[in-house]
Formats: sequence, structure tokens, C-alpha cells
Amino acid sequence: MRRIISVLMENEAGALSRVIGLFAQRNYNIETLTVAPTEDETLSRLTLTTFASDEQVEQITKQLNKLIEVVKLVDLTEGDHIERELMLIKVKATGAQRAEMKRTADIFRGQIIDVTQNAYTIQLAGTSDKLDAFLRAIPEASVMEVVRSGVSGLSRGEKVLST
Amino acid sequence: MEKLSGGDMLIRALQDEGVEYVFGYPGGAVLHIYDALFKQNRIQHVLVRHEQAATHMADGYARSTGRPGVVFVTSGPGATNAVTGIATAYMDSIPMVVLSGQVQSHLIGTDSFQETDMVGISRPVVKHSFLVRSASELPETIKKAFFIATSGRPGPVVIDVPKDVTSPTELYDYDYPETVSMRSYSPATKGHTGQVKKAIKMLMSCERPMIYSGGGVVQGNAATQLTEMTRMLGFPITNTLMGLGAYPGTDKQFLGMLGMHGTFEANNAMHHCDLLLAIGARFDDRITNTVSKFCPYAEIIHIDIDPASISKTVNADVPIVGPVDAVLDEMNRLLAPEIAKRSDNQKSLLAEWWEQIEGWRRQDCLKVLRDEGDTKIKPQEAVQALYKATKGDAYVTSDVGQHQMFAALYYPFDEGRKWINSGGLGTMGFGLPAAMGAQIAHPDDLVVCITGEGSIQMNIQELSTCSQYGLPIKIVNLNNGSLGMVKQWQDMIYEGRHSHSYMESLPDFVKLVESYGHVGFKVETIDELEPVLNEAMAIRNKLVFVDVLVDPSEHVYPMLVAPNGSMRDMWLRKGVRT
Ligand SMILES: Cc1ncc(C[n+]2csc(CCOP(=O)(O)OP(=O)(O)O)c2C)c(N)n1
Ligand SMILES: [Mg+2]
Repeated sequence: MRRIISVLMENEAGALSRVIGLFAQRNYNIETLTVAPTEDETLSRLTLTTFASDEQVEQITKQLNKLIEVVKLVDLTEGDHIERELMLIKVKATGAQRAEMKRTADIFRGQIIDVTQNAYTIQLAGTSDKLDAFLRAIPEASVMEVVRSGVSGLSRGEKVLST
Repeated sequence: MEKLSGGDMLIRALQDEGVEYVFGYPGGAVLHIYDALFKQNRIQHVLVRHEQAATHMADGYARSTGRPGVVFVTSGPGATNAVTGIATAYMDSIPMVVLSGQVQSHLIGTDSFQETDMVGISRPVVKHSFLVRSASELPETIKKAFFIATSGRPGPVVIDVPKDVTSPTELYDYDYPETVSMRSYSPATKGHTGQVKKAIKMLMSCERPMIYSGGGVVQGNAATQLTEMTRMLGFPITNTLMGLGAYPGTDKQFLGMLGMHGTFEANNAMHHCDLLLAIGARFDDRITNTVSKFCPYAEIIHIDIDPASISKTVNADVPIVGPVDAVLDEMNRLLAPEIAKRSDNQKSLLAEWWEQIEGWRRQDCLKVLRDEGDTKIKPQEAVQALYKATKGDAYVTSDVGQHQMFAALYYPFDEGRKWINSGGLGTMGFGLPAAMGAQIAHPDDLVVCITGEGSIQMNIQELSTCSQYGLPIKIVNLNNGSLGMVKQWQDMIYEGRHSHSYMESLPDFVKLVESYGHVGFKVETIDELEPVLNEAMAIRNKLVFVDVLVDPSEHVYPMLVAPNGSMRDMWLRKGVRT
């Protein structure tokens, strides 16, 4: 099952490599990963997605918790949560394709953020599924470059992950 | 406030931490530190011959005392040489602080001379590590390192110190913190009382109980509590390879070691029990055999300081996270009145269970068989003779192989911390330096290293260190002329194809040790065995090496049948299985 694990950790050199190293060492997979400092600059928030069974995710969270720099963590997929991923995509946009591409971007609430005579760069935010759906909706041959941020997320309602 | 250089500060912090010994080897990146060391005499430094041995010595020191071992190594090759010893300590949860030199801060990342990313290279085998950025961080970093290494589930901590950080020219305020707190690190201090009560109920209502305890009880200083509880309950108990001595090995309730080379009675009692009380043990694959066939009838209570050890391979019905000493103290308090109320029915059920166990015991699975007229020494007999010669009271370290298992099976330990071996990583070359660390910590006690001719050669250079520091350890080399454990597997699984498991060019060990100024004996027949061992153990002020030529055809039994076997499936002798 796909899991979103969100980790609050000390914003220190080496902390990130310990998290990544743990996954490699214990043979857990990482699908996506994003990390940045929080409003408290001594802390970083790392979000990763992985495929794991219930037993595996229990081990993953326990092992993560053992890392000295990990302050707190939550498996967001255990409860109601919101997840978003950002995608920037550069597509060919010439002739009749140009209008069609804009229409599709509009349907997905994408924004065209850079324009040349032959290309658009579109920005899209949403669940990973939605970004996948957009990629399926446009002609494969029109895609020049795709960059995705990886998933970030938090719990719904008033629940927060804090120290 | 006092002003000190980085190097002086580092040494002072270790003094303030109560460190008595450092095991190490100098080099460019740690020269400032060694200079600071030279100017004081509170900390004694032991100069090894190879950095791997320094880590094993610190480890032996830690295992035999419970206090953290401390190591100095230089950058690059010094640091990489230490990695095996760090990994060894990590696998067995041994407190250790390794200070490695690093190239100057401005050279880090430039592939400079003797640069290696020590924090990176050691990361998977440390509890934690630090790269010191500035001398002012040293006191707090060192305090944190010792706190982390010794608390919770103990383990090795690396502090990587760039050379400029210890420079003698810049002075800093020195103030060693009395305590540290980390918002992200707070090991449990007691068990959950609700869980403890549940466990007590189960212990009082089961029919075929079994206690299985591991290295956590030794390292967690809970041998007394474990013994009290086991005696009070009257239950059978087994110890893992790492847990031997936590319960007296000569006591009737003790069924011997369990697992791959466990006794017939211990492994059978594990398989048939209906309640398993696991304490400071981690259901290692060398214990469980096929996990799906492990303890098929048992409910499991698991006490451990490390939540990640619970339900990792085997699901625990009642997990209790906490330090074993505190948890067992609480359990003993609650158990006493319950046991007083035990019904006759309960008592007779327990007696029936013991009858069944005594039946298994009558197999006498450790009986040493010898042919009429055979004068060869069986390795098992050598260990038994050593037990007699040392009155069962020595610190015993071992290397890895058949001799290790013979030591574990034939030398019963009545106290924790007396049996010192690399169980988790299985590091050949551990035994001699670990014995040295134990001897340094216990100068008046008898320390024996039971080794094999393969393993001893993996750190044999330390015989020189033993001369330098006058360490009177006793080395008993169960010399079977081969990598016996490898050969055993080749006999059993590869139709006797002995691919690279023997050595044709062994040294004359007696001459070798004599060249270092030690005493050597060679024993070849069974009637020489006891007299020579007695003589060797009586020489208290010298290192004595006893080269015991043992029957090379011996295998270690019992041995769990794999793959797909359960714990009751065992080889009992060559060609004989359950
Ligand atoms: C550093 C290291 N390399 C290889 C092994 C694999 N190994 C396990 S036991 C063994 C044989 C040990 O031979 P010896 O020390 O003579 O002991 P014996 O089994 O003969 O008693 C080997 C090679 C190991 N445990 N450690
Ligand atoms: Mg051998």
C-alpha cells in the first residue's frame, strides 16, 4: 500500500542522509521525497512516499523514530489528509496544438507560466494521480520535459505535527 | 571561565566524563589530540597494532564493565580500519565512543591526503555520529555522544574531528555540561504498567511457560532481577548466545543455550511452550529457524528497550517497552503475592511440564563421545578442562567458529559480563583484543580467550601490544587446522567439498608467542590436556598461549535443521537427526 510519511527533524547537516541511508540499508523503497526547513528554522519537514505493508510501515516508522535527529513523524495515510504535488511540464505548442494544449491545461487548472513561439511551460498542482492524468491527457510526443516536486502533505482538520 | 585549545578541551572533556582508558593509534589528523594526551596522566592510552583491535579492545572493556569504551583513530585508513569493530559493537548494542581525526575543515571534500568520509562510511553501523564544526562545540558534542552511547539501547557513536578543530593556537571557553537533553531523544525509563499487569496475568495462568532472555539483560544490568524472577516463578529458562550468564548456567532451571546450536531441551521447550517470556532478546534468525514454524503454541510477551525490536520478525502479543531492570523490578514486585496464591492445579501443571523437559534433558545432547583407545583431544573436552582449570570463574572471550559454540555450550557462566563474544556480526579476530580490553578493566582477574587457529591470525599482531602493557591473558587455541565451522557446513551441505577451508601453513604458535616474550604450550593428547591447562592458568603474571591440537573431524551439535525446519528439528550427531 502507498504511504505518505511526514517527518519533523532537526535541520542539521547529515540528518537527511541518515533518513535516506536508513531506507537503502533496510531495503525499503522511496517513491518520492521532499524536504525543506519549516517556519521554525531549527526544524526540517520531510515528506516521503513509499509502498509498504502494515508490518513494514510499522518497522519503518519505528526505525525512523530511532534516528536521533528525528523529532516526530506521522504516517499521513493512516488518517484523513491532504496531499499535493507540483509539476512543471514543458510541451511543444505549435499550430493547432497550441490552443488544444491551453484548453487541456485549463481543464486541469494548470497555468502556463512561460511561453515561447514553439513551447509552453505549464505549472500544475494536485494529487499525484491528477498529475498522472494530465500526462495521459496530452499527446505523448508533445512532452519535452517534466519535473515533479514529490508529494507533500498534512493531516486534515486541526491535527498538526509539531514538537 | 577556563580557556583551552580544542585538543586540550577534548582530553579534558573525556576526563570529566570519567574516562580511564583510551585505545588508539596516532596519525596526522589526531596529532594535536595526542599532544594534549601527552601533557596529562589521568587518561591512560593503550597503543594498539591495528585500529580494528582498538575498537574490539574498547568493546571488551565495555562488555566486561558496562562502561563505554573509547577509541582514537586518525583519518582515512585509521578510520576505515576501525569500521569492523564499530559494526561489531553496533550489532551487539555495546556502548562505545570513537573519536576519529578528519582532515582540516577547508580540505573536506577535496580528496585530500588521508581523507575519507567517516560519518558516511560508518553511518549504517553507528547509533549516531557527529562531525564537529568548531572547537566550541566539543564539550557539548562529547557529552551528547556519551549520553547517546550509554542510554536506551546502547551503541557506538562516532565523533569525527577535523584537525583544525583541535589546533593548539586558538583558545576557547571550557565548560563541560553536567547533563544534556535532546528534544528528539528520550529513551523509555519504565514499562507501561497496564502491559506489565497483563503479562503477570498470563504468567500466572499458562501451562507450559518458557523464559528466553538475551544480551539485553546482560547489557541492561538486569541479571539479578531476571534470576530473582525465574527462581520465584520456577519456570524453565534459556539464554541466547549473547545472554549467557544472565541466569546462572549451572542452575537446574537453566536449559542451556537455544537456537542454531542450542541444546535439545532448550529448543524443544521453546517449540512446545504455550507462553514465551522474551526479555532483552530480539528473535534473531539464528534463534527462530523458520519464522512461520516458531513457537507454534505460544503467546508471546516481549520486554525490550528498543520498540523497533518488538514485532520485527515475530509478533509479540504483549509488548513491553522499557529498560529491562526497571520492568523486571516492577514485575517482581507484582508477582510475589500472585505466586503465593498459586493453586495446586497450577503447580501440578508446571510439574508436568518439567517432567516433559526432564525427558528431553535425558537425551544428554552435549555428551562427548569418544572411541576406546582414541587419544585425540575433543574440542568439547578442552573447554570442559578449561572450565575446571579456571573453576568456572574466568572472563572468557571467544572468536568466531566452532570453538565459539563449544565455549558457549561447555563453559557454563554463572554471571553476566563474563562471556564476551561477537554474536551479532560474528567477527573473527574479536577474541584476542576483546580479552585485552577485559584484562585492562580487570587486572586481577583471569581472562581467557578461546580461539581457533583461523580467527587468532586475524588480530595476532596484538600479541605485541600485550607485551608492551604486560597483559597476562590466557589464549586457548582450539587448533583443528581448518576453518572448522566453514568445513562443517561443507561437510553437511556440500558433500564434503572443502573449498578453501583449511590452511597448510600455520605458524609454530609456541615459537611465535615466545618471540613476543610470552609463554607457549602445545598439547596433543588427552592425558596432557588437564595438567597443561592447570599449569597455564597458574601462571598469573604472563601471557600464556596454549595451542591445543583438537580432533579436526568434530562438528558442533545439536544443530537446527535448515531450511524449513522448526526449532525442534535438530541434527544431534553426524547423520542423526530428530
Ligand atoms: C572476519 C570474518 N571472516 C569470515 C568469517 C566466516 N567464518 C565463520 S567461522 C569461520 C572459521 C573460523 O575458523 P577458526 O577460527 O579456526 O575456528 P573453528 O571454526 O575452526 O573453531 C569463518 C571463516 C567470519 N565469521 N568473520
Ligand atoms: Mg580452526
